[in-house]
Amino acid sequence: MNAALLLLLVAVPILGAALLIVVSWPVWLRRTVLLGTCAAALVAGLALAVLTRDGRVYAHQVGLWPGGVAIPFVADAFSSLMVATTALLILVCSGFAVATGEAGRRLFAPLVLVLAAGVFGALLTGDLFNLFVFVEVMLLPAYGLMALAGTPRGLRGGRLLVVVSLLTSSLLLAGVALVYGTAGTVQLGELAGAARESPTVAAGAGLVLLALWVKAAVVPVHGWLVRSYTACSPAVTALLSGLHTKVAIYALYRIYAVVFDGQSSLLWVGLAVFTATMLVGVLGAVGEHGTRSILVFHMVSQIGYILVGVALFSELGLMAGIFYLVHNMVVKASLFLSTGAVEYAYGTGELDRLGGVARRDPLVGLAFLGAALSLAGLPPFSGFVAKAALVAAALEQGQWVVAGVAVAVSLLTLMSMLKIWGGVFWGAPPEKEEEPGAGGAAVATARRGGVRTAVLLPSLVLTAVTLGLGLGAEVLLGLSAQAAAQLLDTSAYVGAVTDW
Amino acid sequence: MTLSLAIGVLTAAAVYLVLQRGMVRIVLGLVLLGNAVNLLLVSAGGAFRRDRPLLTEAPERAADPLPQAFVLTAIVITFSITVYMLTLAGAGEDDDDTEDGP
Repeated sequence: MNAALLLLLVAVPILGAALLIVVSWPVWLRRTVLLGTCAAALVAGLALAVLTRDGRVYAHQVGLWPGGVAIPFVADAFSSLMVATTALLILVCSGFAVATGEAGRRLFAPLVLVLAAGVFGALLTGDLFNLFVFVEVMLLPAYGLMALAGTPRGLRGGRLLVVVSLLTSSLLLAGVALVYGTAGTVQLGELAGAARESPTVAAGAGLVLLALWVKAAVVPVHGWLVRSYTACSPAVTALLSGLHTKVAIYALYRIYAVVFDGQSSLLWVGLAVFTATMLVGVLGAVGEHGTRSILVFHMVSQIGYILVGVALFSELGLMAGIFYLVHNMVVKASLFLSTGAVEYAYGTGELDRLGGVARRDPLVGLAFLGAALSLAGLPPFSGFVAKAALVAAALEQGQWVVAGVAVAVSLLTLMSMLKIWGGVFWGAPPEKEEEPGAGGAAVATARRGGVRTAVLLPSLVLTAVTLGLGLGAEVLLGLSAQAAAQLLDTSAYVGAVTDW
Repeated sequence: MTLSLAIGVLTAAAVYLVLQRGMVRIVLGLVLLGNAVNLLLVSAGGAFRRDRPLLTEAPERAADPLPQAFVLTAIVITFSITVYMLTLAGAGEDDDDTEDGP
């Protein structure tokens, strides 16, 4: 394959977005452009994952400048896997937005396409400064998507998201500046192992890692996530949950593996912080009463799990972490979409205003139950394989506390999922309230129709994917093992990036 | 020396402003922070041992062009987000207080 084709993953969505803004097309054509571009990206991602599964690395020096001057685009097993998974999520979430009618808003499709371009760019770039640029490209549409909701709550959440993101981006940029000042380059290939050799480079790269921690919502800097993600529409929450924090996690894996060369003397910091993240996230969910705020707190907890993989930095640990990352992106989006479908049809996501949904809409209940069990880590879903691998990796390194916390937290996760199940899907629907407030309206909406098939299909597809990944775990485990091997031995990546 | 002092003063002022509650003050703080980071990028190019970018007698002493390109990109991004944040500050309620409502 010609590596220059990697550029299309960024160029095509941006071009599509530009066309959608400039040309005034009928609604069906706008939908086709949106879904078609996402589907093409998914095909491209899957093709990349197949091409790189044997350890090949494709690198392209943009503009054909000599290596070291050009900004490289690189695809190895890890980034290809991430491109495929993010493309799947963007496609499914766009499908949900089309079904709920949210995609009919004039700016929705272009914003999602720019978001996609930013995500793919951030996953494929081999340059720290370019990473900053693509992270910004990925964040800007998110602000717009939040404001599209137009509610005061959405605006408040949007303010918080913008302020935190810009503050963190400034921190990231300062880190990039320090790396440039000390190492003289920001190209990942030339920075290979630089932070391990020189403490001054490590200080700069450490600032980059710190900024990525905030973007990944690691405890104690996770508060922004809960406040802002619950303020947007269900489709947007699902979209952002699968993309933003996960790209930051990808960058953490990549930078620690390449720039720090997996330096083992710093790993204990990660283990301590990420174990705390698992625990704090799941405990935070206990006090919440809305489906989405519970799920967002679980996101924090799951981010802890994923990052434990990089903090172990062993072959098994990295493999488990990467498997967990892919599994979690799929499952989390499925949960947000199934509860979002309920929220859309019944007008509320509050636990005490809902009940008996599974009896009226058994398929939504099924989609939620499958994803919830997968999140808690029960077989035969992918969550079981992910958690088993991660706990095994922790035990292999003698990290008994981490393994113990991981098991205990999955028990608490299960309890939390049962809380949503009991509140929303099981039991009797609440009595119609006397006052004509929001509650009365919610029950009235439910009487009208329930959940339409098109709205529940996206979450059902993702639940099927997690079941498939659980039953056929061998495939994804193989890809994750290849990705982990390339993170442990970065020579192929570095070689491909530095010369061409 | 001048650069580092400027970066320090800008960052200190930015931190003070970002910790305020009003959205406009936060935006002003982030503008100052963006400028501090831009100066940091310029200084990362080794401003102390280099000359002007153009019309210098010795080309090897000319300023490093890469950080300047970085700064240009960063300015564009910060500017666009600033405009958006000011819109957010003006939109919605009458005041620009960021405190969570009911």
